[in-house]
Amino acid sequence: MPEREQIKKPAPKEREEVEAETAAPARQGEALKEELDDLLDEIDSVLEANAEEFVRSYVQKGGE
Amino acid sequence: MAVPKVCGIETEYGVVLRNAADPNPVLASSLLINGYVEHRRVGWDFDDESPGRDARGFGRDNSLAPAIETHLVNTVLTNGARYYVDHAHPEYSTPECSNALELVLADKAGERILDQSMRASRRLLEPGQEIVVYKNNSDGKGNSYGTHENYLVDRHTPFTQLVRNLLPWFVSRQIFTGAGKVGVENGANPVDFQLSCRADFFEEEVGLETTLKRPLVNTRDEPHGDPQKYRRLHVIAGDANLCEVATYLKVGTMAIVLGMIEDSFIDKDLSIIGPVHAVRTISHDPTLRATMDLADGGSCTAIELQWEFLRLAQKYADETGLELCGGEVGHDILRRWEETLSALERDPMSLNGQLDWVTKLALLDAYRDRDGIGWDDPKLALLDLQYHDVRPERSLYERLVRAGKVERLVNESDVERAMTEPPDTTRAYFRGQCLARWPDSVVAANWDSLILDVGSEPLRRIPMMEPLKGSRAHVEALFTQCTTPAQLVDQLGS
Repeated sequence: MPEREQIKKPAPKEREEVEAETAAPARQGEALKEELDDLLDEIDSVLEANAEEFVRSYVQKGGE
Repeated sequence: MAVPKVCGIETEYGVVLRNAADPNPVLASSLLINGYVEHRRVGWDFDDESPGRDARGFGRDNSLAPAIETHLVNTVLTNGARYYVDHAHPEYSTPECSNALELVLADKAGERILDQSMRASRRLLEPGQEIVVYKNNSDGKGNSYGTHENYLVDRHTPFTQLVRNLLPWFVSRQIFTGAGKVGVENGANPVDFQLSCRADFFEEEVGLETTLKRPLVNTRDEPHGDPQKYRRLHVIAGDANLCEVATYLKVGTMAIVLGMIEDSFIDKDLSIIGPVHAVRTISHDPTLRATMDLADGGSCTAIELQWEFLRLAQKYADETGLELCGGEVGHDILRRWEETLSALERDPMSLNGQLDWVTKLALLDAYRDRDGIGWDDPKLALLDLQYHDVRPERSLYERLVRAGKVERLVNESDVERAMTEPPDTTRAYFRGQCLARWPDSVVAANWDSLILDVGSEPLRRIPMMEPLKGSRAHVEALFTQCTTPAQLVDQLGS
């Protein structure tokens, strides 16, 4: 059904991204992994201490 | 017939008062709001650099007028929003907006107002105490608080027509509106991760309640406008979103779908069997393969049901335009909606940074991968909670924004302006301008009226029953002409 095809066609922007991704060498994958590790390290530094206790103590009254 | 989709979002924030002997959430919420309002007053009194300050003592930054319904803290801000204590939560109701993009801005401004409130409230607390708020919808222990959307709807549209079409809509839209949650609540069958914070809390299809036996379609009928012409559809079946793209899609698609319902454009029966059960089935399957049974036979996934709505919406846009459903924003929504469904079909994780549930899941997966931890590890529950922390320095969502991992639709200087200035396009402009210019003369402000003290005369009530009247285009000239509220009332009366 032509209408369906039209719906499924990805927007031009997406197509470019797909091409860029497939052309990316493995090195880029490593760089991304490193970037992610840095981000997780950063998040570690702001995470509340004692996860279990912290989550347990978060109790709300129902609202609305 | 469709009416303009004036819209707004009310958010009840989770709140904790740390290191207090009595961590009373009502008190914490009051301190938070008072802290903010007082802080603004101080800024108005002493901040000589405020460019909005007026020699007559009017300040654009000032922001307090009591509303009338309740003795709890209840204020109206110069941006046209309502900021108050509701039950045991601080609640921020955005000003009325006329499209999804305006509402993204107003909603984000609300987060910043809560952040400033936390900072300002420190002055009111004992040393070591702290108030922290979370923009989420449950505490993980079976207690839920809401994020409600509101849309202007034609009074003449039969409510049953709304219900019939909205049930499958609310069930299926979770695939892009969900904020994601680790685990389940309220006795649901266990899953590791689900799409929506809220899905576990719905027990009825239709009803008036919002706290017990929560219905998917809420029947509250307070139009806050001309009751002969309008309904305000009060949507309680939605999550609090942090991702701007998610809010944008949530509101923008809803506006178009409501337009279609009002114009009786949905010509097929999209009803599903057992929507209350289905809302969980869909939420509990992040692979998006779960199916629902259709009332007229067969079954389909949430994505397939969404394609049905989208195809109708594209046809609706071609045939009628989207003038009343966001105009240009409406057309952009259609493009986004299509891209989102394609991406959900191809690889949901490609929407990391656009949808909250995907963004949260990607973060959780990264931790599981790095630390080799299981879904029952409390660290994942902590990541889930702290994703929603409103303090920028603690919010994991904000960390991802700063790392460039999240797509933004509005810029921060506009957000900052939206904390004090109303949208131009609705009656919120009139409300906000009155409050900014004559804070001491506004005795009470409400969604659909404003009461002014004009001096020796009796108090004057200005009705605002048309949500689109009172926009900048309507009343800017009036404000230029009038230097006092008395003049304003005279001009309005003439």
